[in-house]
Amino acid sequence: MTLEQQLPALQVILPLFGALICALMRRGSLAWGIALGVSFAMPVISGVLLAEVLSNGPISYHLGGWAPPWGIEYRVDTLGAYLLMLISAIGALIMPYARASVAREISADKQAWFYTMYLLCLTGLLGIAITGDAFNIFVFLEVSSLSTYVLIAMGKDRRALLSAYQYLIMGTIGATFYVIGIGLLYSVTGTLNLVDLTARISEIGPSRPVLAALAFLEVGISLKLALFPLHVWLPNAYAYAPSVVTAFLAATATKVAVYLYLRFLFSVFGVSVVFKGLPVPEILLALSIAAMFGASLVAVFQDNIKRMLAYSSVAQIGYITLGIGLANKMGLTGGVVHLINHAMMKGALFMAIGAVVYRVGSARLEDFAGIGRRMPLTMAVFTLGGLSIIGTPGTVGFVSKWYLAVGALDKGWWWLMFLLVASSLVSVVYIGRVVEVIWFRPLLHTGTTVREVPLAMLVPMLLLATATIYFGIDTTLTAGIAGRAVDMLLAGLS
Amino acid sequence: MTQDAAIIAALLIPLAGAVLIVLSHRHPNVRETVTLVTGGALFLTVASLVSDVFAGASPEAGGFVIAPGLEITFRLEPLGMLFALVASGLWLVNSIYSIGYMRGNKEHRQTMFYACFAVAIGATMGVAFSANLVTLFLFYEVLTLSTYPLVTHKATEEAVRGGRIYLMILLGTSMVLLLPAIIWTYVLAGTTTFAAGGILAGKADGILVAILLALFAFGIGKAAIMPFHRWLPAAMVAPTPVSAFLHAVAVVKAGVFSVMKIVIYIFGIDLLATTGQGTWLLYVAAATILIASIVAMTRDNLKARLAYSTVSQLSYVVLGAALANTLGILGGSMHIAMHAVGKITLFFCAGAIYTAAHKTKVSELAGLGRKMPFTFAAFAVGAISIIGLPPMGGTWSKWYLALGAMEADQFILVVVLMISSLLNIAYLLPIPFRAFFVRPGGDDAAGGIAEAPLACLIAIGITATACVLLFFFADALYNLLQLMKLR
Repeated sequence: MTLEQQLPALQVILPLFGALICALMRRGSLAWGIALGVSFAMPVISGVLLAEVLSNGPISYHLGGWAPPWGIEYRVDTLGAYLLMLISAIGALIMPYARASVAREISADKQAWFYTMYLLCLTGLLGIAITGDAFNIFVFLEVSSLSTYVLIAMGKDRRALLSAYQYLIMGTIGATFYVIGIGLLYSVTGTLNLVDLTARISEIGPSRPVLAALAFLEVGISLKLALFPLHVWLPNAYAYAPSVVTAFLAATATKVAVYLYLRFLFSVFGVSVVFKGLPVPEILLALSIAAMFGASLVAVFQDNIKRMLAYSSVAQIGYITLGIGLANKMGLTGGVVHLINHAMMKGALFMAIGAVVYRVGSARLEDFAGIGRRMPLTMAVFTLGGLSIIGTPGTVGFVSKWYLAVGALDKGWWWLMFLLVASSLVSVVYIGRVVEVIWFRPLLHTGTTVREVPLAMLVPMLLLATATIYFGIDTTLTAGIAGRAVDMLLAGLS
Repeated sequence: MTQDAAIIAALLIPLAGAVLIVLSHRHPNVRETVTLVTGGALFLTVASLVSDVFAGASPEAGGFVIAPGLEITFRLEPLGMLFALVASGLWLVNSIYSIGYMRGNKEHRQTMFYACFAVAIGATMGVAFSANLVTLFLFYEVLTLSTYPLVTHKATEEAVRGGRIYLMILLGTSMVLLLPAIIWTYVLAGTTTFAAGGILAGKADGILVAILLALFAFGIGKAAIMPFHRWLPAAMVAPTPVSAFLHAVAVVKAGVFSVMKIVIYIFGIDLLATTGQGTWLLYVAAATILIASIVAMTRDNLKARLAYSTVSQLSYVVLGAALANTLGILGGSMHIAMHAVGKITLFFCAGAIYTAAHKTKVSELAGLGRKMPFTFAAFAVGAISIIGLPPMGGTWSKWYLALGAMEADQFILVVVLMISSLLNIAYLLPIPFRAFFVRPGGDDAAGGIAEAPLACLIAIGITATACVLLFFFADALYNLLQLMKLR
């Protein structure tokens, strides 16, 4: 076998071994070097896989040479490759940024440990997206979750410990539900391979154990993706985690959970079962709308900007699940493309906040007074990211909103279109509030130490901010690929 | 330069100007030269397209597809040509004025000011040249966002509050009403491209037409149809060149221009005329005209009075569109140009008075006419044009609007137009009258007040002259607007 054929395995093994080596390191900067190298290699592999999938169809890789359904299969299709690309690109952007930020926020003796955990988390997230085995998904889910708990607990604030613990409890409940669901499916079908499961469930039809499995899986995954009202762990976790962790998790972790949702609802159980006989779309739409309004309204009243953006994330996840609930071509494309669009803008926003934390040491709104004059580029990134959250035309946020709104109207649900645009009005309020403080209040921290962050931190966020504009105009790589993934997901509906 | 290259150039020149302005922030003289050169280049580029439009050409550029239905395309047509010409011409004049005003008042953050201004005019060109609703919407929003820093320029508590109202109303209406209207139109008609005779005929009928028209008319908050007019008085906290150019010309005219364009090329005047679903807009516009005029009479702050006057005058254009006949469209479109030239003159004068005498209230102006005769004479010229009396350009647009109202058998609207003219007289003419003929009370006549800086006076002279010229040469506008394909 050539190296190219081994790429699916390398996508997971490389960060795993990177983590192992990092764990042996004493010096934080050495560990950072390894994490950086691995993070830079990941998008190259994902890129090759994506190009391969787009031209030649799904890739199937048999781990250890055992053929599925007995062995574990790594399976890359359009949706999986799209997600791999997203995770690895965010990882590659965040690592150059991480060094200075981590050095500021985490004590020297724990830095190597931090990079170990980061690489483990990366392994888990990439693993979920690449594996074609339901139990293997559970393993990777736990790898990423356990490392995430540690990463969050490393936050400087003492409340970080409590939030990590809170997430641990919620995350474990979610994982338990997931594994119960898988167990039920296994007891009925006798297989764990996703492709195999798909075939057998369509033979069995929606029997009671299958429906019970669906319910368990749905609740379990919903906890992971912070679907309203199962989101309570998220605001604290994002607010008190180290800045780098918040930016990385906000851009990737919930997105992977959404991927699982799509995988199980559309492929494994089958669109015709889930979206024709069961009230799944109704439940999803109701919860999505509640998230879009409820979480946005809560965001308006937050004084900690990281927490505010965390609530905004819950609301934005509502847009994604709204697209899933619509389950038509335009709507679902809007949801899937919002995965990547939201990752870009939230990544940029959290990085900009991390930059302020690096200089000022606080993410409270009052400490941002007048900071636009000292850190104009960073705050320009924040403003651009904010405009994208609002859904201003010319940004990625608008592209998502357009697809979702057309999807809603295609169903004849004009009221949903109005709810969609009305909810983005709430985001004008919470973004506008920060924009006023950073640009128009008199400067609070007059010391000379408040200035632009080092280039290694600045460049990644500028790249992400540029991407929110670029992919708001040229969508061949985002909505184009999302559209192809959606065609595959909806194939069973017609 | 080919025609489509000229369209793209008209969009890029202001952007390039903005970049150069930022780069030359250390050298105010270079920076202002850049502004003037950009303004000149833009005006020449736009003017170079006029002969093509007269020859019946409608060059296209762009054609970039973002997503299904999301397409960025530009196409030149007579109405857009008129708007682009007015906006680019007045920007050049306004730039001359700004230099005098900003230096005379020693304003801070001038680089930001000129750069945002350049971006705003670029967005205005985008609105003028847009070939479909999506392109229009894109540049409409860019215009809102690029003018927000100008409204909050002073960075005081009051300015931030004004900016908040500005942003919430303009962004809010456009996001919650205009965007759904655009998406709805796309889903109904399968396109959002402006086309002669409209694209909704046969696709929408009955009450749906009225609903869509309401979404568009109120969604375009820049047209300041009541009750979504509050942002305009709130925006008066900005430096006067901003109020003069953006809130008498570019931003507000982008609003009524969009309404006009949507009525003509999306609904089609026949659809509105035959179904009668646009009639309600006539009465809303008429109410806005009268109420805003009455409010203007109660305002002592000069800029606030002018702002309410603008709210009232904008609805003339909306009225013309809602009449949905040839004469109404003609009068409304013409009013875009006539009101722009007249109102910018009035704002220029208000700014000159502030710069020279630091007076902002109408009641403080007694006797100032002797110190600043040129400014107040120009104010009178602009005021007469707004009122619509010969020999000023404003006469013609009101004339055609009244004819259009008669043709639509809406005699009540003719009466409304006449009452409005009387109200205009009541709140505009006392200003120069007081300045020239009322003796200042007590020792209020502070010495040392003279005319504003020369740059301001040059600008005032140009626009006041234009008010008169537009009366005698209105046939050029008429001939241009005749080329619009209404059916």
